[in-house]
Amino acid sequence: MSVVTNPVTMPAPIAEAGKEDNYLTHSSGFLSWALTLDHKRIGVMYLVCIMSAFALGGTLALLIRLHLWNPNLDPTQALFSNKQYNQIFTLHGAVMVFLFIIPSIPAALGNFLLPIMLGSKDVAFPRLNLGSFYLWIVGAIFFLFSIFATGLDTGWTFYTPYSIESQGPVVAATMGVFVLGFSSIFTGLNFIVTINTMRPPGMTWFRMPLFLWAVYSTSIIQVLATPVLGITMLLLAAERVLGIGIFDAKLNGDPVAFQHFFWFYSHPAVYIMILPAMGIISELMSVHSHKGIFGYRMIAYSSVAIALFGFLVWGHHMFTSGMADVTTIVFSALTFTVSIPSAIKVFNWVGTMYKGTVSLNTPMLYALAFIFLFTIGGLTGLSLGALSTDMHLHDTYYVVAHFHYVMMGGTLVAFLGGLFHWWPKMTGKMFNDFFGIVSAAIVFVGFNLTFLPQFVLGTRGMPRRYASYQIEFQDLHRMSTIGAVMLGIGLLVALVTLIHSLMFGKKAPRNPWGGATLEWECSSPPPHDNFSSAPSVGDPYEFGNIEYDSKSGGYVKKK
Amino acid sequence: MTTAVAHPPVDSHEGEHHEHPAWLAHHFDDAEQQFDAGKLGMWLFLVTEVLFFSGMFCAYALYRNRNPEVFEFCSTFLNEKLGAINTGVLLFSSLTMAWAVRASQLRETKTLIGMLAATLGCAAIFLGVKAVEYSHKWGLGLLPGNLYKSQIEGAPHSEVPYLWYLCIPPLVLLVCFVLYYVYGVVAASKFHLRIAGPLVVAAGCYFAGVGLGVFLESGEEHSSEHASAGHDEHAAGHDHSEDHAVVKPKVDFLGTTTGPLNDVAITPAESATPESDVNQKGMAGLFFSIYYCMTGVHAIHILGGMLVITWLIVKAANLEFHSKYYGPVDNVGLYWHLVDFIWIYLFPLLYLIT
Amino acid sequence: MSAPTQEHSHDALGHGHGHGHDGEFSHPMPIWMLLTVFVALLALTVLTVYQSTFSLGNIEVWLSLTIATVKAGLVIAFFMHLLWDKPLNAIIILSSLVFVALFLGFTMMDAQGYRENLIMKPTLDDSQPAAMDVPVSK
Repeated sequence: MSVVTNPVTMPAPIAEAGKEDNYLTHSSGFLSWALTLDHKRIGVMYLVCIMSAFALGGTLALLIRLHLWNPNLDPTQALFSNKQYNQIFTLHGAVMVFLFIIPSIPAALGNFLLPIMLGSKDVAFPRLNLGSFYLWIVGAIFFLFSIFATGLDTGWTFYTPYSIESQGPVVAATMGVFVLGFSSIFTGLNFIVTINTMRPPGMTWFRMPLFLWAVYSTSIIQVLATPVLGITMLLLAAERVLGIGIFDAKLNGDPVAFQHFFWFYSHPAVYIMILPAMGIISELMSVHSHKGIFGYRMIAYSSVAIALFGFLVWGHHMFTSGMADVTTIVFSALTFTVSIPSAIKVFNWVGTMYKGTVSLNTPMLYALAFIFLFTIGGLTGLSLGALSTDMHLHDTYYVVAHFHYVMMGGTLVAFLGGLFHWWPKMTGKMFNDFFGIVSAAIVFVGFNLTFLPQFVLGTRGMPRRYASYQIEFQDLHRMSTIGAVMLGIGLLVALVTLIHSLMFGKKAPRNPWGGATLEWECSSPPPHDNFSSAPSVGDPYEFGNIEYDSKSGGYVKKK
Repeated sequence: MTTAVAHPPVDSHEGEHHEHPAWLAHHFDDAEQQFDAGKLGMWLFLVTEVLFFSGMFCAYALYRNRNPEVFEFCSTFLNEKLGAINTGVLLFSSLTMAWAVRASQLRETKTLIGMLAATLGCAAIFLGVKAVEYSHKWGLGLLPGNLYKSQIEGAPHSEVPYLWYLCIPPLVLLVCFVLYYVYGVVAASKFHLRIAGPLVVAAGCYFAGVGLGVFLESGEEHSSEHASAGHDEHAAGHDHSEDHAVVKPKVDFLGTTTGPLNDVAITPAESATPESDVNQKGMAGLFFSIYYCMTGVHAIHILGGMLVITWLIVKAANLEFHSKYYGPVDNVGLYWHLVDFIWIYLFPLLYLIT
Repeated sequence: MSAPTQEHSHDALGHGHGHGHDGEFSHPMPIWMLLTVFVALLALTVLTVYQSTFSLGNIEVWLSLTIATVKAGLVIAFFMHLLWDKPLNAIIILSSLVFVALFLGFTMMDAQGYRENLIMKPTLDDSQPAAMDVPVSK
């Protein structure tokens, strides 16, 4: 691949002219961002866009919860009509999954951190990287179109036959998913190539930070699974435009096949969402416990194992869809294999804290919240993977609570933890730790208040996606709604803390937390080229030679 | 020809990386790292392509397994002669592409451009033949899914000249390329002529493919008539032989049907399966859905390949490739071979069902 | 990873690039090899067409798939010069086939299982002829 260097960042660095050169000040102007090939700037652009998508999806979530404040047995009294409710939960799901969670950690934090952690100047294909960002934008535009058009109401899963018959703009949405899929594929492809070919001398596979192992495993899934989503969405679009009938029972097509196609991607996609989060937690646990990670190799291998096992279990989404009995049993049995590497990770994180010097700062509190919430999410997953209990719990609020514990309590909380952790590196500014801790506390309490009642609701038979419910569920629903509002407040506190730091934050030292990975060796924020000379690569979790330096307010290497 | 650097480097950090020639991106240490990265990226991309197509192969396997008789019935409508010729054309284009890679490594610019032009031309022939096949089927109402029209005598046939429509964009392109060539002659620019020549040839090849397709498609009724009889009567002549009791329609090369209607559906009715079961939207229609999806997506990949090969021709005309920088040719080659690879499976799976 | 031939492409650059690398990584394929592979591919195409003229029943699809796989193998090994490529690239492309097999295998296995529950409409049942397209044979 020929990659000519960035023609936009033409102004020569003005390092000598008093002001320190970094990637933010390296060049200025709108085009220097819009056409940048610098992975750090692309990561920041992703971050801004992804957070906007999250704000949109979060607002929709609050609307759902506000609607469910009342049982809505009389639709005329309800906040939204049933049709509007269907559109709102569809968009909430689709925006959150396709625009936020899947790109969140790999595309935003991964883009920013991967080359720096690896000690390379950039990702392997900087232009492809920028291209995938713009693909994300195009996909997002398709989604926004389907919001302002007549309204998509199929659920984020686009199950046939309803998605063939729905009046909503399914074609626009499927094209959006198709484009976003390619954005995701190209990001993953770029990361695999970068990690395989761009490691500097000394950076062996087992000296890579565990975040990179996690991103690498994620990328494998992105490359292998996402194309199947692409063809599924194309076939669905063709179904609607031409009536090809492959998934249409009216033409002897097979709707169950659609679900196989869809979940062959979308189950591994769950691991696209959670694996990078696990990578972040591995970093956070070790750095903020100031102790080497416990069981490095096992965590690394378990990331790859989760990526591969993730391909064997998609059928557990379809136990009640008319699958053959024998297949349901096979998929149910295989589902339990995924719990092994997940449990290995949780065990190792807890083992890392043992006898460590744990700093209870904002990133660490988010990491602790992750372990708590992810464990609940994972364990409740077992009762959904078991065939007999799933028959009862399928399509109830139990499922809703389960995947929110994993996706939101897991991925989002880890994302926030990682964001606070690397915020000083990305922006060069320290945030107010007190308000960060407050945000973590409110998010944790609000989250549990939102979703713990939903487990109870589910076991008592409250189906998901219903706009109304029996009066006996009202108390639990109201608890959930109060929790959702609280969660929203917690997230706002986090946002305000971060924005406040941009304006009033102290200048961040090179290494504010005492991390041993390479990104802490370059200045905060990093210079345009990351490293002026190839960094010396050591053990990423060796903290013995790092000590606090009160002069700079950060950590430095012992002389 | 002796210097690899055609343009002054645009690297603003030229001072820092003075060892970097223009073809080597600043974040790579050396040419081999750049090559390996590009190649690994391409292989990964091919993996995504394989999985992308796997969805359609899965649909194919599902429905063939469920309704084998539909597939037998429908594949009689596919002209296996055209399929075989297209297979040969694609295989030949793979040969020329592999040869082009060799030429780029050895800096044989003339051979390189010639081979790329041959590849482009083969791709155009392939699409020309495909255009004849498609337009012929559209004329007969052999359409996907819900649009499928049962193949019975007396049913109305489309008079739309689909093949003309499919010839308009290449015709426009041909005119543009010829004008471009004339411009190259007037400007006496070797660079432009090196590009325009292959483009004119390729656009012309499309029409050669159309001609070839029309010539062979006129024997289509034969192959479908005889399909159920065990393919043993493939006579040498492609004319409408008189020994058939049923008056066959004449499908002219525009894809429009004149004369009495095609009764191809009748023949399979004599086989074990009752024809009425398979000759309907939910059966044969589904086959054609799969057929159009598979070959259509494949054809889109051919078009994409033609675009990147054109890009290669521009770079080759600019004398950019040499033994340390031929990654683009190699990677486009890999992509092109994969497109061939897919067709190698599509051909027997769609055309050769007995 | 030896070159398929003794030919060496001449280093037209005339200068190294300062990293101590020999930097020679291109392996031009000899022309005779390309032509041989092409002829073999053509022969196999003829074979597969010829094979389809026999009625072999169930084996037929497997036979034609086998021939196609041999052809695909030739294309990958020689035209895509995977034989001389890094082993990693070979692992990558072959593993993609594993995942395709996984996808097709599970889906087909399941489809076989629920097949008896399918209701084909319009039905395939002989007792209910599809009225809309009565054949006008002969």
